[in-house]
Amino acid sequence: MTSTILEMRDITKTFPGVKALSNVNLSVEEGEIHAVVGENGAGKSTLMKVLSGVYASGTYDGAIVYRGEECHFKGIHDSEHKGIVIIHQELALVPMLSITENIFLGNEHARYGVIDWDANETRTSALLKKVGLKEDPKTLITNIGVGKQQLVEIAKALSKEVKLLILDEPTASLSEKDSQALLDLLLEFKRQGITSILISHKLNEVNRVADKVTIIRDGRTIETLAKKDISEDRIITSMVGRSLDDRYPPREPDIGEIVLQVKNWSVYHPIHADRQVIKGIDINVRKGEVVGIAGLMGAGRTEFAMSLFGRSYGRRISGEVLLKGKPIDVSSVSKAVAHGIAYVTEDRKTYGLNLIDHIKHNITLANLGGVSRHSVIDDLRELAVANEYKAKTNIRSSSVYQMTGNLSGGNQQKVVLSKWLFANPEVLILDEPTRGIDVGAKYEIYTIIARLASEGRAIIVISSEMPELLGITDRIYVMNEGRIVGEMAASDASQEKIMRAIVRGEGKAS
Amino acid sequence: MSTESAPGPQSGVAQDLQQTPRVAVSALVTNLREYGLILALIAIMVFFQFTTSGTLFKPVNLSNLVQQNSFIIVMALGMLLVIVSGHIDLSVGSVAGFIGALAAMMMVIWPLGPLSNPLVVSVICLIVGGAIGAAQGYWIAYHRIPSFIVTLAGMLIFRGICQALLGGGSSVGPLPPGFKALSSGFIPDVIGSLTLIPPVVNAAGKTIVGSGLTLHMTTIVIGLAAVLAYAYFGLRARRSRERHGYEAEPFTLFVVKTLVTSALALFLVYQFATYRGLPIVLMVMGVLIALFVFVTKRMTIGRRIYAMGGNAKAAQLSGIKTERLTLMVFINMGVLSALGGLIIAARLGQAVPAAGLGSELDVIAAVFIGGASAMGGVGQVIGAVVGGFIMGVMNNGMSIMGVNVDWQQVVKGLVLLGAVVFDVYNKNKG
Repeated sequence: MTSTILEMRDITKTFPGVKALSNVNLSVEEGEIHAVVGENGAGKSTLMKVLSGVYASGTYDGAIVYRGEECHFKGIHDSEHKGIVIIHQELALVPMLSITENIFLGNEHARYGVIDWDANETRTSALLKKVGLKEDPKTLITNIGVGKQQLVEIAKALSKEVKLLILDEPTASLSEKDSQALLDLLLEFKRQGITSILISHKLNEVNRVADKVTIIRDGRTIETLAKKDISEDRIITSMVGRSLDDRYPPREPDIGEIVLQVKNWSVYHPIHADRQVIKGIDINVRKGEVVGIAGLMGAGRTEFAMSLFGRSYGRRISGEVLLKGKPIDVSSVSKAVAHGIAYVTEDRKTYGLNLIDHIKHNITLANLGGVSRHSVIDDLRELAVANEYKAKTNIRSSSVYQMTGNLSGGNQQKVVLSKWLFANPEVLILDEPTRGIDVGAKYEIYTIIARLASEGRAIIVISSEMPELLGITDRIYVMNEGRIVGEMAASDASQEKIMRAIVRGEGKAS
Repeated sequence: MSTESAPGPQSGVAQDLQQTPRVAVSALVTNLREYGLILALIAIMVFFQFTTSGTLFKPVNLSNLVQQNSFIIVMALGMLLVIVSGHIDLSVGSVAGFIGALAAMMMVIWPLGPLSNPLVVSVICLIVGGAIGAAQGYWIAYHRIPSFIVTLAGMLIFRGICQALLGGGSSVGPLPPGFKALSSGFIPDVIGSLTLIPPVVNAAGKTIVGSGLTLHMTTIVIGLAAVLAYAYFGLRARRSRERHGYEAEPFTLFVVKTLVTSALALFLVYQFATYRGLPIVLMVMGVLIALFVFVTKRMTIGRRIYAMGGNAKAAQLSGIKTERLTLMVFINMGVLSALGGLIIAARLGQAVPAAGLGSELDVIAAVFIGGASAMGGVGQVIGAVVGGFIMGVMNNGMSIMGVNVDWQQVVKGLVLLGAVVFDVYNKNKG
């Protein structure tokens, strides 16, 4: 016997000049896990902000009926009071406070303003047990990993006696193992009668845990699928409004001589000087080839790429880099760029973009020499370049004068890509190029990668999504604990083979 | 000044061709916000023109105003780059005081022979200023010591050295007239003056001061040339944009903007011409302002400073040498602090232990009133200059009105807070 816990009826929300949501309907049954999927910018987050009261009642049209009564939330406090708790993608924890302090922040057990720490810690221990986190409640947040921080957020939600838990992209920055644990936890909550709304890009996760899926596109509800109708193809078709028979663009590799070769590359940790992070890596990539680096979180892939790119990570770096057979000096970013190496970061907001400047200035930043003479920037040439790359990579914005901070994840990624394409590199290292971006934009990024390879550039793709690597690369290196533990042609690779290489490598390492 | 116009002369105004005609309206709104600061300055000037019963715009007072505040604006140019790159410099007032003392000692006390020539001394002082900037910048750039702390130390250190150099509480002077001309001199009238109304001669055969009207023609010619160049380059930039198929700002807006700016400039030039011409320090300031506008808007180094302030890590990973760039920003600040110190000493005609005391706060306030962000990455040269003039006009106007110095500080504080609150409010709304 189920009853409807939440019904959002004809929600319409307009921002100046944009209709973010138009007549969206969402109906959630008590005790189910309801997934909400859609491309970035489709309106999922806006809908959740309406629900949780971030956008106060009155700033939108439509009705929210929660447990049979119509609600007019004026702020997050109102919705939390009713047991609706939202956990945002970017975690809202204070790094230098302990787990206990974070969980009860603003909600401490206190008498006359004096906190009873023993009571708080006892409750924290109970909550941590519920979410399966084995940590001392006194541990500082900064000392635990992202996966555990996510669990602390959930424990915090539980402390507020949550009835309806909303998770916005909860596994976006988690490793495979942590993601699985989190999804198991959601299923456990379901057994305990807590209703969850899960916003996710990862369709395999949705497939695994969701009882129902509501698909949103361009601010409208497209359809709600029941468990038996859920399939990845069906969801993708609804999300992008067209069928994606092939999730990866076709390409015919034309592979030439070796462009970049790295020999015996070793790197030590920047703080723990005796910890070797990269242990003698040998790889190569050829002209026109797309090479993948697979591995689990913490395998050292990003560390390897960044240490290669102008020693941007680590210290006591040793090893040799050869470009077309000749040793080159990559000891600073500008030298690496001058030799035609580009690195597109996995964290575009922190390392990739100046979010408070517009698209035009971001695109030309790595190659200002290309739009200037005698250090004086030719404004019109810069504008032409920006517009050219905006068209080439299909950046969706009103003009090149839009702030990159206001773009969606996919479009931000295209700006970062444009920046490096304009620097005209021979070797392009892409670190998680499709992280946190939607299916449609992913396809566009794959198309760009394929085009770059056909232009004769050598491309290295680091990715945690194995299907993606299998879909777009020619050859895959498998990395684990700072070593290359396997190499295979993409044509005879499979997810199982990659996992086996990782597991075997682990056995060897210990 | 609005955020969306970091460097780039047409930012916020220009749109792609495929945009709808509504653009014209939105461009107007954007521009109103952008020019809000200049409108505020004009409003403040008009206000004081009335409350001081016309004294503010008197030629003598305009010259005073420029001579009293030029050092703030000169230092604000350097401070703008420091703040845009995400730092702060609290030492500028002390450095200015120290350099003034050093210059006075070299010219008046120490037996340096030909080296005590004002020009030689000035050059040495600017180099010393650069070295001070480098010394502070080194710790900030390469050892990542917060600039607040490094320059707070510098503030104490250089004020101390300044006082020690002058031997405790005494002042050193008088400085040579050739040096004082930097602040109190006027450009020579190479063309010759034009008498519009001959001065009245009284019975004793002496001319009555203030009667008649004589124009300093060199000043008039420089003013006209500057205004014509401004209009010409503005028009040329527009043409070039249109030729390449990009829409420029609406033509009427461009005309109104150019006319208002030119009229204001010509009015001020005329006022200067009826007195003794353009002050030398105004010329120095004008050249520096033009230089810094060009560097921040058009040169790669300027662009890199904004990028570094906006996101230092991303800038570094784009191949920008952020450490070296930070060092250069502080060297520049040191040189401009030294110039500020020379201007102060030249105006006073002597070096005093308290020269420049507290001026770092005026300089920083000018930059923030001008719309710079304390987080870095945002701010404009013109904004900082207008911010400096707002402070200067308020100082000057309130002094003429006879407002007590204590209350002047209160008013300045409120204006600083108000300007930033208004700016933040506007950004959130837009």
